[in-house]
Amino acid sequence: MSDLAGMGVRQSLAALKDGECSSLELTRACLERIDRLEPKLHAFITRTSELALQMAFEADQRRHKWRDNQPPLPPLLGLPIAVKDVLALKGVRCTCGSKILENFIPPYTGTAVQRMLDAGAVVVGKTNTDEFAMGSSTENSGYGATHNPWDLERVPGGSSGGSAAAVASGMVPAALGTDTGGSVRQPASFCGLTGLKPTYGRVSRYGLVAYGSSLDSLGMLVHSAEDAALLFSVMAGYDPLDATSMDLPVPEIHLDGGDLKGLRIGVPQEYFIEGIQPEVELAVRQAIELLQVLGADVKAVSLPHTEYALPVYYLIAPAEASANLARYDGVRFGLRQPADSMLDIFFKSRGKGFGAEVKRRIMLGTYALSAGYYDAYYGQAQKVRTLIKADFEHAFQSVDVVAAPVAPSTAFRLGEHTDDPLAMYLEDVFTLPANLAGVPGLAFPVGFDSNGLPVGMQLMGAHFREDLLFRMAHAYQQVTGWHLRRPELV
Amino acid sequence: MSLTLAEVEHIAELARLELTGEEKERYRQQLSAILEYVARLQMINTSQTLPTASVLPARSVLRPDIPAASLDVKDLLSNAPQTDDDQFRVPPVLEQEP
Repeated sequence: MSDLAGMGVRQSLAALKDGECSSLELTRACLERIDRLEPKLHAFITRTSELALQMAFEADQRRHKWRDNQPPLPPLLGLPIAVKDVLALKGVRCTCGSKILENFIPPYTGTAVQRMLDAGAVVVGKTNTDEFAMGSSTENSGYGATHNPWDLERVPGGSSGGSAAAVASGMVPAALGTDTGGSVRQPASFCGLTGLKPTYGRVSRYGLVAYGSSLDSLGMLVHSAEDAALLFSVMAGYDPLDATSMDLPVPEIHLDGGDLKGLRIGVPQEYFIEGIQPEVELAVRQAIELLQVLGADVKAVSLPHTEYALPVYYLIAPAEASANLARYDGVRFGLRQPADSMLDIFFKSRGKGFGAEVKRRIMLGTYALSAGYYDAYYGQAQKVRTLIKADFEHAFQSVDVVAAPVAPSTAFRLGEHTDDPLAMYLEDVFTLPANLAGVPGLAFPVGFDSNGLPVGMQLMGAHFREDLLFRMAHAYQQVTGWHLRRPELV
Repeated sequence: MSLTLAEVEHIAELARLELTGEEKERYRQQLSAILEYVARLQMINTSQTLPTASVLPARSVLRPDIPAASLDVKDLLSNAPQTDDDQFRVPPVLEQEP
């Protein structure tokens, strides 16, 4: 094997199991790839090379000592991963892309990350993100923007852009991300990856720094549906430490067999609107046709309130953010600006510590919740959210999944939307509805545009039906090669 | 929908954010544009619609009240800007003017 870095999850695990390489060798290869490409991509905020080598060493010891008559080794033993820097890992700085948490060291590890560690994963670093996951390009990071491995002049998407760039460039086989309004699926789409936003309540958010609590979800960015299903089976499931986590069994995911007979795909007209990049529409429609060839039934469905998802989201998410981010007060953790009074500490610490987009959303949310405006803005948004959710419930009475583009266009240029927040928000128009309805969404590559940039499609399913999304995307990836393409850079 | 500078200052006061004059003017323009955009929600008749606060079915998440180990006080205090023994230290609060 010439270069160990760049393999997917399954491939890496097979190489470890068959003794083709040790975790130490694989981890070193990843760290070398990071050394080589990080100056171009800036995917990481904090690197944990020493910790990774220690964990890899321990994984190798464990594998070495294992005997046939012992319980099976954990499923991800020795697998290098990256973790988005909004997820707590005990003892490793967690900035959330914000200067207000520049020196924050979490005193505990979040549940999903802990489950990955228990499964044997090796953490090589914390990846770049828009500040507090607020953004669609990773340009809102307080630590500089991440670049797209397919074209360094373009954004990787956001807010999990660091995780997307790290996986797409082969720095790691897998990375964790979070998705409040599309922050796993859109960067997956922009970087040619497979990314899951699970059902709300499926994966514990304990240790995920809160942004919009009724929307936040925790997923992963990888190279295939098969890899996503494996990580999902490790991370999903009930956690008493997250009151929104549902006490439901996580089904075993069966991917074998490419036959989709009996599965029904709905194509919502509201996602093929004017203004969508023609090459995106073409690639997505061709992918749907291929799923039909593989046996699925395809029919038109309507999600009539789709156009309202954007205004609903940009009231509800900032409202929740304005409450969640009240905790950054310069008292218990985070930046404190010196001042004589408590009140001035609040004003000055928050004014200095938060970046422009975070302040904008706090202001917007505060306004939407303020006396005299609550009913007209926040209250009305919550009611229209009910209608958006009902659209999906209605659609899932006649189809099993809904197929749509992830974003209206492929990756845009750095700086293209930074002066116009509303234009940036419009990038999320196709990903927001799944968060508002709480349904799962799986993004995966279905083609490339004439600039050589990946095009992503998403499948959305009913609550807790991630299994159908994995099965369909896997069937597609069995007969196509888009997910196997790698950027020239690597 | 156009916000006044006074309204922006009022929101910043509620949100405990110190803003520069330039920030106030920029947010005045940007928030006005965003509020104008989201105003389209007013057109939808929701008189028969209940709000969605959570997409999950309502259920009890109470647990038995059994004492268990919690995070270490020293660990928790290690991120604080200023501490005093096992406490967070802040300037006087009560002596302030109303």
